[in-house]
Amino acid sequence: MEIFNLFIRSIFIDNMIFAYFLGMCSYLAVSKNVKTAVGLGLAVTFVLTITTPLNWLIKNALLAPNVIMEGLDLSFLTFIMFIAVIASATQLVEMVVEKVSPALYGALGIFLPLIAVNCSILGGALFMDQRNYSLTESVAFGFGSGLGWFLAIVAIAAIREKIQYSDVPKPLKGLGITFIITGLMGIAFMSFSGIKL
Amino acid sequence: MSAATTEIQVERKREALFSKKNMRLISDPLNENNPITVQVLGICSALAVTAKVEPAFWMALAVTFVTAASNVIISLMRNAIPSNIRIIVQLTVVATMVILVDLFLKAYVYEMSKILSVFVGLIITNCIIMGRLEAFAMANKPWPSLLDGIGNGLGYGAILLMVAVVREILGSGSLLGMQILPPSIYVNNNLMVVPAGALFTVGLIIWAQRAYNKYYEE
Repeated sequence: MEIFNLFIRSIFIDNMIFAYFLGMCSYLAVSKNVKTAVGLGLAVTFVLTITTPLNWLIKNALLAPNVIMEGLDLSFLTFIMFIAVIASATQLVEMVVEKVSPALYGALGIFLPLIAVNCSILGGALFMDQRNYSLTESVAFGFGSGLGWFLAIVAIAAIREKIQYSDVPKPLKGLGITFIITGLMGIAFMSFSGIKL
Repeated sequence: MSAATTEIQVERKREALFSKKNMRLISDPLNENNPITVQVLGICSALAVTAKVEPAFWMALAVTFVTAASNVIISLMRNAIPSNIRIIVQLTVVATMVILVDLFLKAYVYEMSKILSVFVGLIITNCIIMGRLEAFAMANKPWPSLLDGIGNGLGYGAILLMVAVVREILGSGSLLGMQILPPSIYVNNNLMVVPAGALFTVGLIIWAQRAYNKYYEE
């Protein structure tokens, strides 16, 4: 139950975009139509679900104080290890997906390399580290955050497709209005806060 | 004869240190080529720290340092980096700089490092830094790269501080922690404290800036 609670929380309440602004760059750049937004959203969910527990293992089996050797504390290497794990995991995921499911690769292919520098992935790992999640919690958190991000980017892409027909003031067009809509969506998502299962 | 020409060249180079072209590298990103409002880079990690001015200031400082330092380092190494592993090399350099910043903050401004929490680490994936490394440092000498890094860091910091000033005044009625709007006159607007407030503020700043620069999309 606790795990499920965390899962729901990370989708709706602690949403990566609306609560922490993580992954905003690709969120703004790749949300011009729904189809590509779905592709990127899936790729982020996929990679986040894999890398968060992977980073948990690295952190707890290699970097935590006194695991490798008594008196050895490697936790200052956390950032560098996390980003290396993420970069290589995306590379690996790309190769595996290409071999196993060419159809999925066709859909996700171009987005996977982009993900290595998507803030939400590193953000997921850092939050996992900071909040001392267990391994199962980090799986639930990674998957939930990914889904939350997916939800956000697909929603904004759908709105942006429609908004092309609206009469937005010229200087506000594009980036400006996207920010303001995201803010409005954030307010809507705030109504989920306080939900407890 | 040849010695004389080299001397002149050296002198020219020295003159060029603060030449107009080099100064443009700093001033351009402040407005016309601002990393946040025009290039749309690096919004990721930082809006979360703009509820108050002080953390935003430290964040801006940290990002400026990381951008400038990694720009210089990558620029020094640019001829030695094989192009197919350059992303990993860049990430390693940036991550090292960020670790330095993180340790510095933990050692000297511990309270701030508690407030900034994971967002210091997230500087690594700040797209401004990677963007500048790819677009500028890989193709330019160290000195222009340093200026470019500082300029982009400052342009980013300027927007961050603007957002933070608006949010702190309207959201908490204070500036840098000092009460400037007494509660008897002004009722704090909680909307400015929640994340949505940052998004609205950035949207409005972009609107104002683009109207001023006459820069339109599409």
